[in-house]
This record gives sequence, structure tokens and C-alpha cells, in this order.
Amino acid sequence: MSQDSRNARAAQPAAGDAGTVRVTLTVNGADHELLIDSRVTLLDALRDELALTGTKKGCDQGACGACTVLVDGRRVLSCLTLAAQCDRRQVATIEGLSSDGRLHPLQEAFLRHDGFQCGYCTPGQIMSAVALLHEGRTGSDDEIREFMSGNICRCGAYPNIVAAIREVARQGAR
Amino acid sequence: MRAFEYVRADDIGAAVALVSGDPAAQYLAGGTTQVDLMLKDGILEPERVVDITRLPLRGITADDRTLRVGALTTMEELAADPTVAERLPFARTALLAGASTQLRNMATIGGNLLQRTRCRYFRDPGVPDCNKRTPSSGCAAITGAGARMHAILGAGETCIALHASDLCVPLVALDTVVRVRGTDGERRIPLTEFYLLPGDRPDLETVLRHGDLVTAIEIPLPPAAIRSGYLKVRDRASYEFALVSVAAALTVEDGTITEARLGLGGVGTIPWRARAAEQVLTGAPATVETYRAAAEAELRAPFTVPGTAFKPELARRTIVRALEELGGDRT
Repeated sequence: MSQDSRNARAAQPAAGDAGTVRVTLTVNGADHELLIDSRVTLLDALRDELALTGTKKGCDQGACGACTVLVDGRRVLSCLTLAAQCDRRQVATIEGLSSDGRLHPLQEAFLRHDGFQCGYCTPGQIMSAVALLHEGRTGSDDEIREFMSGNICRCGAYPNIVAAIREVARQGAR
Repeated sequence: MRAFEYVRADDIGAAVALVSGDPAAQYLAGGTTQVDLMLKDGILEPERVVDITRLPLRGITADDRTLRVGALTTMEELAADPTVAERLPFARTALLAGASTQLRNMATIGGNLLQRTRCRYFRDPGVPDCNKRTPSSGCAAITGAGARMHAILGAGETCIALHASDLCVPLVALDTVVRVRGTDGERRIPLTEFYLLPGDRPDLETVLRHGDLVTAIEIPLPPAAIRSGYLKVRDRASYEFALVSVAAALTVEDGTITEARLGLGGVGTIPWRARAAEQVLTGAPATVETYRAAAEAELRAPFTVPGTAFKPELARRTIVRALEELGGDRT
């Protein structure tokens, strides 16, 4: 346990003013210190406080998967996560996937296979697929479909999404 | 939505004292059934939220007889546990049949036990008559349209809200024990005695007192020879709650059922232990006739509304199919 976390003792409000909370979010490797309302979700903090609008607000109640991000490497729904709960956690969003101007292999595969139509669910689909590859759940199309079922696509691009993920899985890319 | 004070707990005793001493305080863990009710629906209005996710209540240990699961272990972590895969395969199936990977990465085992009902009337603040929210206000679900996802067992005129957990179905069949920490120390509560039927107080859902904290569950490991399965029937192939689910574990020796454990999901106001069915099964020949008699015994007096009229027969057939897959048919 770090000295910092020891300072945030039990039964101590995390900020002086009840109703607000001080949070350090590490997003795509960069630290951001925020003083926010306790009610702010991770999704709203990313979009409204940090202007990272790649993460989408779909249903905003945990049903559609459009807001999927990684926290400490695991895919979660940012709309049902309080930003305050992510203090000093590592958050990864769609904005952090490309490096040196080169798209992530999954982003390229989604383009190649036409894995989207309107594109609104796509950042969530791709973040979910990034985690899916790490989880090793790409053994078959059925397995990909089952473990991607938390990401809804109203345009119905599912066959192409599966094709894109299958291709990257077979390349062994991460 | 009401503002609340956010407090991060890193000591179990302090967290219990804090919530126990403040009627307007609530624990928060995975949040998957609570953040929406707090922030989006305005059904829960805590003034203080005590985040327990950094308490040391995470992890799984096993000996020959018991699997002990810390309350903050996530559903994905439990599903990935090698002892669960080897000794409790039907619990693993139930875990992975629930929600989505994103939700299972967030949702904790303690929270799964304490999840709130998905009843759309309970979750709609525009609906005034909900006995679960406001005692003696009535039940909009009884007469409401589209009452498909409601309970038929343990239900009555006051409330038909379903407990929608998949995981709790095998857990209740296995005689799982819940460890609870309160201001007066720790106690152990069998899961079969943990939940309250709605009766005339649907707002009271468990035997927990305000401030009690679930710290762990203890799952007795069944004998190695037992065969188990979890069969979930639902409207979509994935990412959907059960219409009916069956967790069954059978030991069959020389064509006779020597041990039977049966839990039902999608039909009960609480995770349903099918004791009437177990009684019929135990000591009886492993035949389809026996399975039918067991299903009939459990579904003798369902409470249905037009939207759930299909459920008793679906439940009977699902029970028979689940048992047939495990015990075969020796007729």
C-alpha cells in the first residue's frame, strides 16, 4: 500500500466538501487530477471532463456496451462505474489504441471487414474485442459471438465484426 | 438524483460501523445493479455511499470440503477458478450464462446475492404502486402488461418481482453459507434462510440488518461422483435473463437416485430451492416418470398472471430435460 492510499483512511471523505470527490484518473497512461461531483460516472468524466469523446454513451444503464473501456486491463462498463471508484486505476479508451499514427490491428480489421455502419457502437466493440483477445476467447465464431454478446449493434454488423475479430485472432496480434 | 457523499473504506470494521450508524448510508461494490438505480432511475437515494471495493475481501480458497469465496471476488474471477471448473461445473456454467463479460468483471459475488430485482415497475419511479419500494402502495406488475419476467413461486398478490440471479440457483441447491459481519461480530447464515418471501412486506428482502456486510460465501463441495448441470431457457441465446433455469445435481447408483439437489431460477421471488422435487427424486428410480413427478410436485401451486401463464409448463419441461440429461432414463 502506498503512502498516498494510506492517507485516504476509512471513514474519511475523499474530498473536503461532501458531494464532491478528488480523483486521479490515469487514462491511456496520462494522469489527470479532477475535483468532481461524487455522482459523475467514469463515462461522463471521460467525455465531459477530459474531452475523450471516443467512448460513447448509448443506453447509459448497462445494457448496450457502447461505453466499454478497460480498467486495470479488464473490460467494464464506464456508465455503471463511478469515476471516484477509479482513483489511481489504469483506464484505457479507444483514443489510446493507436500508436505513432498507426491503427491497432483490430481497428484496421474493422475497416477492412466493414465491421460497422453508423459507427456508434464501434469504440465499445473494439475495446471489448481487445479484451476478448487477451482473455483468449476467440477459439471459434461461436465463442467470439458469446463473449461479445454484451456489445449491441443496432445496425446489425455482427457478421463483419466477428470476421474482423477472427482475422486478428488468427494473426496472433494483440 | 440526490447528491451523496462518497467515502472510500479501507477497513472492514470502520466500514460496518459507518453504515450501521447511518440509516442513509449504503455500501457500493461492483455497482451494476445499484449505480443505475441510484443515478439513472432515482429509486435508491443514499446520502452517503461507502465504496468497499478496496477492502481485503477478494479471493478464493479451497480445502477438500469447502470453497470459500471472498465477497468482493468478481463473477469472472470465480468462473476462472480451477476448483470451480473441476468440482462445481454447473456453478461455472451459471456464472458464464449471466450478464456479459463487462458486467461480470464488475459484479461481485456478494453483490450477486444482494442484487435488486429487474421488475420494470420497481425500477420506474413514475410507477407509484410498488410494495417493494413503498409498503402498502400496491403492485403495478400484477395487472401490468408484459409481465413476462416475473416470479410464479413465492409470489402473491403483494409482489411478483423476480430474483434474477443465475449464480444463486446452484448456490442455493448446494447449501451455500453466507458469512456476514455486523456491529456485533460475524455470523453464518445458510443461503436457504438468507432470503425472505415477499409476504405482506416485499420491501424486506433478506434477513440482513442495515449495515450488515457480506464478507464471504462458503460453498460445500459435492461428492466427486455427483453429476451436475445448469440449464437456462431464455428469449435470446446470450446476454439475457432466464425465463426458467434449473441447477441440478444427481447421484445415481444402480439406477436409483441416491442424492438429488435442485434449484430453480427465473421463477422465484427468491433463489428457489426445489425441496418438493428433491423429495420425490431421492430414493426413486432414475426414470422420466420420476422426473415428471418431481417437476409436478414443485409446480403444484404456482401464482400466475396472464403474462406468466406459460411459465409453470415451461418450468416442468425444463426440470425434466435437465434431469434427463444428468440421470438418463432407466425405464
